[in-house]
Amino acid sequence: MAQYLMSVLDDTSGSATAEEMAAIDVFNDQLQADGHWVFAGGLASPDTATIVDARDAAPVFTDGPYVESKEFIVGFWIINAPDLDVALRLASGGSKSCNRRVELRPILSE
Amino acid sequence: MTDVDEVIAQVHREEWARVVATLARRLGDLDVAEEMAAEAFATAVERWPVDGVPPNPGAWLTTTARRKAIDRLRREGRREEKHREALMLFDTPEPVGAIDDDRLRLVFTCCHPALAVEARVALTLRMVGGLTVPEIARAFLVEETAMSRRITRAKTKIRAARIPYGVPLREDIPARVTGVLAVLYLIFNEGYLTSGPDKEAVRADLTAEAIRLTRLVRAMMPADGEVAGLLALMLLTEARRPARMSASGELVALDEQDRGAWDRGLIAEGHALVRGRLASGQAPGRYQILAAINAVHTDALDVRDTDWSQVVALYDQLARLDPSPIVRLNRAIAVAELDGPEVALAQVNGLPLEGYHAFHATRADLLRRLGRSVQSRAAYDRAIGLTVNTAETAYLTRRRDQLAAPASGGPTPDHAAAADPPGGP
Repeated sequence: MAQYLMSVLDDTSGSATAEEMAAIDVFNDQLQADGHWVFAGGLASPDTATIVDARDAAPVFTDGPYVESKEFIVGFWIINAPDLDVALRLASGGSKSCNRRVELRPILSE
Repeated sequence: MTDVDEVIAQVHREEWARVVATLARRLGDLDVAEEMAAEAFATAVERWPVDGVPPNPGAWLTTTARRKAIDRLRREGRREEKHREALMLFDTPEPVGAIDDDRLRLVFTCCHPALAVEARVALTLRMVGGLTVPEIARAFLVEETAMSRRITRAKTKIRAARIPYGVPLREDIPARVTGVLAVLYLIFNEGYLTSGPDKEAVRADLTAEAIRLTRLVRAMMPADGEVAGLLALMLLTEARRPARMSASGELVALDEQDRGAWDRGLIAEGHALVRGRLASGQAPGRYQILAAINAVHTDALDVRDTDWSQVVALYDQLARLDPSPIVRLNRAIAVAELDGPEVALAQVNGLPLEGYHAFHATRADLLRRLGRSVQSRAAYDRAIGLTVNTAETAYLTRRRDQLAAPASGGPTPDHAAAADPPGGP
């Protein structure tokens, strides 16, 4: 069983409607019932990000996102799926439930 | 080329896909399967001239490739690979499903919708068609290094993203089949009108392979109209192949072909498929309309008996689904037969097809028929410059050079110009 990251793309944060939230709940329940669920979460706006660099000596903290872009990740799922065909179906369900585009990427194993 | 070289070339055409597909199923890794298949063929090139050709070359190649794969997996000795080795040694029984041909499984993987379209075509030609990377690069007018990167990137994605090597999920099958048909049709066309200056003008192995795989898809989805349509289109096109090439290797246009040389068996099968689709009463898709156009052509035992108004009507129907300039070009070729070259030329001029050889070949023929030799010659020159098929170049060159000969009268009273492309005229 492989794991995939499903990133939800949007140009604003925290803009899900009540209907979308309800659809996401239904989708999440189904993921759990079918054994695909690993983890999921929504992200605060990129403005709230802090870059941390501890590669040399004392950590340096920098305010703001690493890259400025029109679209960014507003939430994500991590799912279990045996292969990409199943993952694509789940990502389609995710995209439909949250009414946004989703980027699907395999998580490296081993 | 020695006899053994020829045998190896033939075995490569016939067995490549089977060796890759069998290994890919056992290894679960397309990249390694391709590499080991290539190594097995390289071994054959060394050994067969010395040891002789084995009695069953396909089995010899599969066994050799498999041994090489096992050696390699042992050498690398990683845990995941050990698992694969077990799969190789204790060959698991295959579930007998709707798709029981390894090569079709290979096709579905190569045509996966998560891959870019160009990557699907390239992978299918490499893995299933057995074409080399340079051949594929030439076919699509892409640099060899770029084509190589395209294929490598696709293989990496198949492995990393776990694109499954197998039958699509039942609910995905219709959409996946549409994607497969597009790729099969591209392969058929590459076989029907091979590109490249040093290659045979027609590669019957590619057209036959495209037809064989399309038959398999049809066996799996007998109710799908477009699968039937594509098969009919291929059969009715393939039926004309014996008449399509002159003894001197020149393309023979549809209107000049010896229709007695057409394959009546393939035509009967193609016509039966088209009739079956008409009887279904369902709205036809693109392949079914193209098949119907080819059915009209193959219905006429003499080119003068062609029902051109029917051809134009079918192109109108096709243009509603696909309003592309190529469809309008092919429609205009039929219009020339119905309403004359002047009307057709007005419809052809201005189509945004400057880089397409058939556009210039069509203009050249229409201008020739209107007696406008100077413009016709210029258009032939453009067409010849853009044509990548040797037989088509020979045909266009002869037509152009006939312009130079002192004409005894006006324009020759012959018919359709197009050099019998699969989708038209």
